[in-house]
Amino acid sequence: MTAITAPSATHIQVRRLPFWAPYLVAVAAAVIALLLFKTGKLLGGGWVLTAVGAVLLFLIILGTASGVVEGSRAARNRVATSLIYSAFVLALLPLLSVVLTLIDKGRTRLDGAFFNNSMRNITAFDSGGGAYHAIVGTLEQVGIATLITVPLGVGAAIYVVEYGRGWLANYIRFFVDVMTGIPSIVAGLFILALWVLIISPHLSADGRPSYSGFAASLALAVLMLPTIARSTEEMLRLVPASLREGSYALGIARWKTIMSIVVPTALPGIVTGVMLAVARAAGETAPVLLVAGGSPLRNFNPFQQNQESLSIYIYEQASVASKYGAPRAWTAALTLVALVLALTIAAKLLARRNKLNKG
Amino acid sequence: MSQPSFPGSAEAASAASADSPVTPSDSTSGPVDGRPGPSRRPSRNDRRGGPGGDVALPRRRPFGQEGVFRLFSVAAGTTVVLIIIGILVFLAIKAIPAINADKANFFTGFEWFPDDPTNPQFGVAALAFGTLVSSAIALVIAVPVAIGIALCLSHYAPRRLATGLGFMIDLLAAVPSIVFGLWGRDYLVGPVRTFSGWLHHYFGWIPLFGSDGPYGKSFLLGGIVLAIMVLPILTSLTREVFRQTPKMNEEAALALGATKWEMIRTAVLPYGRPGIIASIMLGLGRALGETIALALTLGGGFLIGPDIIHNGGNSIAANIANKFGEASDTGRGALIASGLVLFLITLVVNLIARAIVYRRRQFLGAAA
Repeated sequence: MTAITAPSATHIQVRRLPFWAPYLVAVAAAVIALLLFKTGKLLGGGWVLTAVGAVLLFLIILGTASGVVEGSRAARNRVATSLIYSAFVLALLPLLSVVLTLIDKGRTRLDGAFFNNSMRNITAFDSGGGAYHAIVGTLEQVGIATLITVPLGVGAAIYVVEYGRGWLANYIRFFVDVMTGIPSIVAGLFILALWVLIISPHLSADGRPSYSGFAASLALAVLMLPTIARSTEEMLRLVPASLREGSYALGIARWKTIMSIVVPTALPGIVTGVMLAVARAAGETAPVLLVAGGSPLRNFNPFQQNQESLSIYIYEQASVASKYGAPRAWTAALTLVALVLALTIAAKLLARRNKLNKG
Repeated sequence: MSQPSFPGSAEAASAASADSPVTPSDSTSGPVDGRPGPSRRPSRNDRRGGPGGDVALPRRRPFGQEGVFRLFSVAAGTTVVLIIIGILVFLAIKAIPAINADKANFFTGFEWFPDDPTNPQFGVAALAFGTLVSSAIALVIAVPVAIGIALCLSHYAPRRLATGLGFMIDLLAAVPSIVFGLWGRDYLVGPVRTFSGWLHHYFGWIPLFGSDGPYGKSFLLGGIVLAIMVLPILTSLTREVFRQTPKMNEEAALALGATKWEMIRTAVLPYGRPGIIASIMLGLGRALGETIALALTLGGGFLIGPDIIHNGGNSIAANIANKFGEASDTGRGALIASGLVLFLITLVVNLIARAIVYRRRQFLGAAA
């Protein structure tokens, strides 16, 4: 009896690599890669290709070792796991690089003059100058766009969730989804064709088409509308039906139930969606470039004359062949990213505190 | 009103609205019955008979507050449909005169000289080609990485870590495209130039890498930047897909002795395939329309060729951004016409993606 059970009991234990094996292989791969690819210049000697070589070496060594000790299935498992984690590192590299480059190059012009001056009387080949007019433009355009979009987006979501039955609600939901995919430049062209070229000549004194900050707001509104409608729709759907029923049971009218029970319950989520949409709109360049016109001067009136925005400013300054252009562009980019990231992070933190969230 | 004392169930609602006797201690019957104002409906019971449900709601006045509110929400919803139709109509209004003035074939022509007053010639072929090539490169790079990250977030990383890492990926989505363009043009161009030389040295026999320079602002650079930009959306969509995999399927695979990777391959990936395809289409829609990053990273030019590492390349959107400043009337019309083509391409891609998503609605949830 014992002669049969004893070997099977030991046999059931699978041979495995020790837990420190991957770490050891990682160190070994790094050392070999440095020797072969960095010093030996087998792949050209660059850092990126050296890192790629190190990862490949790691995969090969670990795969082989695991294949010999643990068998081919375990080897494949280990290689796949490593690949999945390295995909992650690969994605974080550009984020890290963008942030570091931004801070590094954006620092040079991060001074008081940049935030207090416009580009009036400053050509591309002068030092100094600032983005005051661009910051004002971005804030005004995004602000007006938000004022237009929030009622429309929330209204559309309310229709789809609370009232919508039948074909119209289905169509609207479908078109909101399709509209999310409209390229931003097409939104710009649409406002260019509709507002700047067709409507604005009737409004301006001299009867000629005019660019304006308001046109930029309209273009941004086209981009923000589906995002806000969609996120609001998701949030309204999460409001428990029992809350609505409780309100109806008290004899409260439907619109009042929506406005004082449903929307307030979903409010944190709606605000999060709005903030994310605002953050994205603030960073949009293409539509604003087509309809706001850009200007080196301060213009507080979004309804008349060309207006600048931060993203146009970056594009203009990046395009001029002057040693003063690029630093201005990078500092403006740093400002823009700071603005957008602050909004995004605030929105995400708010979302985390939202009790309705699915988690 | 004291809402909590009402359980909110249908019985309670019908009991209150039918004026059935309530226990004296039930104080909430007061406000319902004795409620003054326009929302009180004296004849509610003879409209549809049944207790509760729709009948309990004020429906009498078509232009009361209820009607106005409802009208507003319908109008807001309809705006979305109107905007899409408006885009098609107004782009066409401005594009048709320019296409009529075009001396070359708009769909097969390569060159872009719409501002020549006597002989305007322009065609969208090279631009459409460039748009497709840069998007294709972006997807080839981004899709495997995005699937890897999504699996990492949904099945590999510990929950706490996954939340933080998902947050990082979301931050990547928040960086404006102009910043990626600037970064690609001023920083990434160097490594890509080196890499292009290396590719040509070892793989020059493949037509893709056939060019012997100059390298740098090429489809490869544009494609890599684009890949980084579509990565967040691809990741968040596929992550949702993988999260929807039934736990039973996963546990069944593991119980049969599958390793983790075998479980992913046999349970998670097949189940999520339609969702992955839909995500790729949505990512493709993003990549096709990306403008400013490509305007800064592509070298420009109007050629069609297999080479992706040579300086040059253009796309519909990038061409609009670059050429808009100096465009005359016809030039503007020509750019709008090319924008219309872009809109139609993305519309088709998005419709296909949505058709897949709608067929299996349980996927993609909030992320789409």
